[in-house]
Amino acid sequence: MSTSLVLAAAVLAALSGLPSLARRPRPAGPSPESWLMAAAALVGLTGAALAFLPGQRGAVEVPWGIAGGPFLASVDPLSALFLGPLFVVSAAGAFFGDVYWAESLHPSWRRLRVFYGILTASLVLVFAARNLLLFLGAWEVMALAAFFLISTEWNDGKARRAGLLYLVTTHVGTLCLFGLLALIYGATGSFVLGPLPAGLAASGTGKAIFWLAVAAFGLKAGLMPLHFWLPGAHAAAPSHVSALMSGVLIKTGIYGLVRIQSLFPDPPVAWGEGILVLGVVSGVLGVAFALGQHDLKRLLAYHSVENIGIIAIGLGLGLVGRSTGNPAWMVLGFGGGLLHVVNHGLFKSLLFLGSGAVVRASGTREMDRMGGLLRVLPVSGACFAVGAVAISGLPPLNGFVSEWFLYLGLLDGVGKRAASAWPWGALAVPALALIGSLALACFVKAFGIVFLGEPRGAGPRVTDEPAWMWAPMAALAALCFAIGLAPMLVTPFLDPAIAVAAAAPAARPALPRLAAVASLRPLSIFLVGLAVVLASSLLAVRRLARGAKRDGTWSCGYAAPGPTMQYTSSSFADWTVGLFRWALLPVTPANRLERPFAKPFRFASHVDDAVLHRLLIPVFRAGAELAALGRRVQHGQIQLYLFYVALTIVVLLFQV
Amino acid sequence: MLETVLHLVVVLTVPPLLLGVIGRTKAAFAGRTGAPVLQPWYDLLRLFRKEMVLSTTTTWVFLVGPVLAVVAPLAASLLVPFGGSRAPVSFSGDLVLFAYLFALSRFFTAAAALDTGSAFEGMGAAREVSFACLAEPALFFGLLVLGRISGTLSLSSMLSAPWTTGWITAGASLVLVVAGWFVVLLAENSRIPFDDPNTHLELTMIHEVMVLDHSGPALGLILYGSSLKLFVLGTLLIRTVVPCGASSPLVNWVAFLSGMFLLAVVVGVVESVIARLRMIRIPQLLVTACLLSAFGMILLIR
Repeated sequence: MSTSLVLAAAVLAALSGLPSLARRPRPAGPSPESWLMAAAALVGLTGAALAFLPGQRGAVEVPWGIAGGPFLASVDPLSALFLGPLFVVSAAGAFFGDVYWAESLHPSWRRLRVFYGILTASLVLVFAARNLLLFLGAWEVMALAAFFLISTEWNDGKARRAGLLYLVTTHVGTLCLFGLLALIYGATGSFVLGPLPAGLAASGTGKAIFWLAVAAFGLKAGLMPLHFWLPGAHAAAPSHVSALMSGVLIKTGIYGLVRIQSLFPDPPVAWGEGILVLGVVSGVLGVAFALGQHDLKRLLAYHSVENIGIIAIGLGLGLVGRSTGNPAWMVLGFGGGLLHVVNHGLFKSLLFLGSGAVVRASGTREMDRMGGLLRVLPVSGACFAVGAVAISGLPPLNGFVSEWFLYLGLLDGVGKRAASAWPWGALAVPALALIGSLALACFVKAFGIVFLGEPRGAGPRVTDEPAWMWAPMAALAALCFAIGLAPMLVTPFLDPAIAVAAAAPAARPALPRLAAVASLRPLSIFLVGLAVVLASSLLAVRRLARGAKRDGTWSCGYAAPGPTMQYTSSSFADWTVGLFRWALLPVTPANRLERPFAKPFRFASHVDDAVLHRLLIPVFRAGAELAALGRRVQHGQIQLYLFYVALTIVVLLFQV
Repeated sequence: MLETVLHLVVVLTVPPLLLGVIGRTKAAFAGRTGAPVLQPWYDLLRLFRKEMVLSTTTTWVFLVGPVLAVVAPLAASLLVPFGGSRAPVSFSGDLVLFAYLFALSRFFTAAAALDTGSAFEGMGAAREVSFACLAEPALFFGLLVLGRISGTLSLSSMLSAPWTTGWITAGASLVLVVAGWFVVLLAENSRIPFDDPNTHLELTMIHEVMVLDHSGPALGLILYGSSLKLFVLGTLLIRTVVPCGASSPLVNWVAFLSGMFLLAVVVGVVESVIARLRMIRIPQLLVTACLLSAFGMILLIR
């Protein structure tokens, strides 16, 4: 029942773009396509919820003409956990897009609607497929649909380059997947997803399967250093598409990793520790790169790299727990990681929708030209603030809960083992603290520079805030509050998903429930109390301030302060970018204000992506130059080509 | 129950007195009599009676900063034990909540500074959040050490552990942690050598420059909040250094409170004998604090 409902939702979503092909542009407001997406989400959420009832988990199996097994789809709790955010975010994004991508202004609206539906449907199929060939097919449709969405603004050179880079990168990942499939087929003789034989993990094939999976799925998830395609692609796509991509699409990589590792009955410790270290690198450098950005959407995209890193820390901990047979680490590691998947899906898509509202109002993505938007976008701004607090992992919102699980697991590794502390935990705990405080710095910057203060540039271009634009954001923000204040609402859904991820064999004792390992009740009571006290004292202070005198900002006695004197996003991040100079390699032209009476000059500094601009582009450029040597024999003159043919034949004659 | 009431009374009334003690210490070093120890309370009461002036640029965010400056340290104070053996609220993993409550307050203090649109306050906000990035790992390394010594993850048991077994089995680590935490305490509370709480109008300021536009009750809340923060973060240090495990609660509370006032004297002495560091040296000192605590952890990994 569950699987059939989810597949029906996929069909609905895939067809949702069709009405747009037969109708004229409408004024902003909910469109028939969005209602279809909402219906798909409703059906799909029902199906995903049913997957948590044991009796409803039947697979859908249809024989088909393709070699390698039947069409096999099934929704287990792990799939359902990834499907939940997908349906919520895709429906929220569709309604947001009705306002954001106004049909009368953007000729590409039909293409956007069609591929948005197809992308959602293919994502559903990726999470539900149980036949690896079906998985690969869905994966490819997802990659191509995303390409068409990223390159919606094909006439913009930057968007085009980002789209092409994405297309190449995703196919490198697909190539790794081909290898992965071949190896799994070689080991099991079947394309149907099932447990791999014991002892395989120690062999070369097993290692190749795992690390190929890390490469293929790491590329999709944006695990540093495989993240280089991500900032450009997320920045170029329309904002509600970025929300779906960052909130859900890159999680397919995490899903793949979790699924593949769960097939191994006996993963070695080195795998978990490898993932953990990758996660720490990804987390710290992802947020450091985010701090260096002044394009709001690139900043958010780098935060996806950071959050994937946090999720990977959880997966690594869970994997080490599996290798060492430590149930608490399995539960807290997988539980924290999977909850962060859900949480990141909610608050990151909220933030991307917020960035869409900002771009719509200000007409630019450059943060240094924004400011004071909270007065134009009061509700969107407040929702963005909620998202910013949540993504910084601060209480009482949902980001805190998932990071708290990870802290508990890692601290447990350091503290409670009597004989020797687990040194990776001692590395990861301060790293997580560093990631948290850097993310805080970055989101104070993003929220403060964009929404607070005075406009730095020309000021807002559009000043209305339609309800259909902020309502999806408000819904996502409410979900962030709900998970943050009452985490016990989601842990019953996490427990069965953890059991799938940990592939707990029947021989071992059953895993403890998440609520039994972490003291959720006191935490929840404390956080609800905090929220109540905070809200009431804020109301009291606002009442106190109601009659307050108003005057201009006091600028330490300076007579003529202006909006251009405000701190900008670049100046705000200057200290932290300086701390990470060794990794970020910021491009700052030499200061030419050396002599008195200097001539006016322009100064611009920016942080390029180190992997893309310092490594990949130079290497490929050198390769292209080498290849150019061989092009000398190709000049388009047909006589010479005939001469080559004759020469070859003569050589062959003498040889044979 | 009685202990909880005492806990609340102490956390609500004593913190501003620490500032008074610091002031008296500095006055003694300068050869002056100094203001009475209760002076910070008089200042606060005066501020709460004054009217508020708001900048025309500001929004609701501007008021969240002062509210959280008080609410967050107050909430955090419920998680640490003072003189008693247990904190009013205690559960496994509360140390993370403790640290993140201060981060929540930092988020909105910095956002409130940016809300004014003033270049000075933007500068202060940028510095505050940047330096915190280095202080936070130092705090967590220390908490790791205490967690490792006590084998638990709740602050109440962690802070009782040093004087039951810790100083005997892991004395060297604890010395390093205490040194690291003292630096963090000075940095987080914007004391010399990081910041000078007495001068608002210098370009080298961090915390003080963020609150230039707050006035009246809002400024009072911020000043009260910063004294709370000094008190609550100081509790970590004092509970590690001063034994509070005697059987008589009275002795424990006296030991704890005299420890806190001693800490205020030490801070006052530091402020009197050290000059403020140049801004570019601050990250170096914070990294040192971080490494000190990290070495404390490394000693325990075997």
